[in-house]
Amino acid sequence: MLQINELHAGVENKKILKGVNLEIKPGEIHAIMGPNGSGKSTLSSVISGNENFEVTKGSVKFLDENISELGPEERAHKGIFLSFQYPVEIPGVSVTNFIKTAINENRKAQGLEDMPASEMLKLIKSKADLLEIDRKFLSRSLNEGFSGGEKKRNEIFQMAMLDPKLAILDETDSGLDIDALKIVANGVNKLKSKDNAVIVITHYQRLLDYIVPDFVHVLIDGKIVKSGTKELAYELEAKGYDWIKEELVS
Amino acid sequence: MNLKDKLVSSYLAFDDHLEDDSPIHEIRKKAIHTFEEEGFPTKKEEDWKYTSLKSILNKDYSVFPKGNKDVKFKKVRNYFLYDIDSYKLVFIDGVFSTFLSETTHDGLDICLLSAALSKSKYKAVIENYYNKAAAKNSISSLNTAFAREGAYINIPKNKEVEKPIEIINFSTGNESALMVQPRNLIVVGENAHVQIIERHQSLTANPVFTNSVTEIFAEKRAYLDYYKIQNDKENASLIDNTTIHQEQNSNCKVHSFSLGGKLTRNNLNFIQNGEHCESTLKGVTILKDKQHVDHNTLVKHNAPNCESHQDYKGLYADSSTGVFNGKVIVEKQAQKINAFQQNNNILIDDNATVNAKPQLEIFADDVKCSHGCTIGQFDEDALFYLRSRGIGLKEAQALLMYAFANTVLESVKIPELKRRINKLIANKIGVNIGFDI
Repeated sequence: MLQINELHAGVENKKILKGVNLEIKPGEIHAIMGPNGSGKSTLSSVISGNENFEVTKGSVKFLDENISELGPEERAHKGIFLSFQYPVEIPGVSVTNFIKTAINENRKAQGLEDMPASEMLKLIKSKADLLEIDRKFLSRSLNEGFSGGEKKRNEIFQMAMLDPKLAILDETDSGLDIDALKIVANGVNKLKSKDNAVIVITHYQRLLDYIVPDFVHVLIDGKIVKSGTKELAYELEAKGYDWIKEELVS
Repeated sequence: MNLKDKLVSSYLAFDDHLEDDSPIHEIRKKAIHTFEEEGFPTKKEEDWKYTSLKSILNKDYSVFPKGNKDVKFKKVRNYFLYDIDSYKLVFIDGVFSTFLSETTHDGLDICLLSAALSKSKYKAVIENYYNKAAAKNSISSLNTAFAREGAYINIPKNKEVEKPIEIINFSTGNESALMVQPRNLIVVGENAHVQIIERHQSLTANPVFTNSVTEIFAEKRAYLDYYKIQNDKENASLIDNTTIHQEQNSNCKVHSFSLGGKLTRNNLNFIQNGEHCESTLKGVTILKDKQHVDHNTLVKHNAPNCESHQDYKGLYADSSTGVFNGKVIVEKQAQKINAFQQNNNILIDDNATVNAKPQLEIFADDVKCSHGCTIGQFDEDALFYLRSRGIGLKEAQALLMYAFANTVLESVKIPELKRRINKLIANKIGVNIGFDI
């Protein structure tokens, strides 16, 4: 589904990713862990097409197509979704109106008519229920004055609505208390199928108790330096990252 | 003959028909004198630095329209907010339309200024209020000299007006070029509540120049909600001169939606005379082509413990130009004032221009005043966020523009008006999304 080859990327003159290789197949959950500043968020931004980052070398293929030249909306149309670490506040547009626009823009790209209002309403209701989202919440301005937990829950709500093939969850666990974390993780698990894939970017092993990864990768200084199964996450939680760095030096 | 000379000589002819002993006559004579001395404002004056009237003064306007032309309700229905659920004062080419209007004298007066000026039962109100609030500068004086018609609204003490009042001035194109000078007098009595919507609407492409004066008096605990819809045709220009005097505990709000026209100048003055007054001035400006809007606001705090809030948002495309000149004066005795002013602009094209000039003159020492002004482009992070959800660049920009302008709508109290303005804004910006507001 996703193939990243020797990817180098950065901002202006700062190199951040220095040769990332990663392959993700349908049905898989991959966790990417690593210390602050190792390039985790840059990787998710680059996959989803943030134009603030420049790809200097390597390629990103999605469904066997090189997507390096595609804009973020085109990648979204193909089925890539990024749950933001810091969702942007947009006063003046309600959650409902935003998601309706997004759904219909995606349909338009697929050559479909707008979704009928009644169908939209039903879909919104079922996905809001899945994430235990209050109806009042949906008429509020997008992310404006939302708590950390509400913002993240809203991200996963959008994911549920858009039903992507590849979802990247960028530090979705940060700012969540344990109850919110369970709701979010439960939502992600229910959306999971053999046809879609998830990348979980996190600092901590905590989220991985609920969203259980098939593979765990360690990103340090712009490179994936170690890959393993979920046991690797426990080891990182217990021992930190220094032992890997030492391993690398020796 | 230039417009000024034409107006001055037209006044002489007009003056011949007036009753000599009326007090209004004295006011007129003084006013035309001021206009004759000072003429139309030019860019040399500080307050008109960014707005030139040249392009609208060079037309040969009819000052006294030939006669009234009928307008079918069906043709103008869309310009009204409601078919029946509002009082209406409708003027066609400056002349009152009995057919399209709905006036009342039942417990409150919603009628014509011409009647109020001529009938003895209104004499006391006219003597108390008429021309007491209007600025004495040349442009307002010009209106004062010629003023014959407009809205007369007098809401007595404790009266809550149950439906909004719509004041609409249509121009039909019956004249090749028309100048109209509506004059409105509005008195909101103690603890009275009223909502008013004002609109100037040309029905053809013929040039129209409107120089309007509105005087408003809000007595103690009065509540006024005033909406100005400025979405006129490409050859229609407007100078709106509105002054509001507020007494103790009164609350007045003016929303200006400047979405069209050739040139619009809003002179909006709030004078707070009593304690615990609240004044709100909000505006949404969306312009394109060579349109020009100049918001010239003044809030004068004469009494302590009052508040004022100004929030103006502007979106400028093509070669359109905007001005925000907001003045706040806090007099020495006006302690414990909260005065806020915010002006945010987005320039959509490189050729668009905005001139923003906040002016604070504070003579009291215990006040909270703030002003902020931004002129910028789109927020890149917000654009990426929207695009990452599959919303194309153009649509994402439109959605952000819509969101930017829409925040001003939160304080619009009439749901149907909110819906209409929302739709207007969405149309202007080109957001084609099935919003259910």
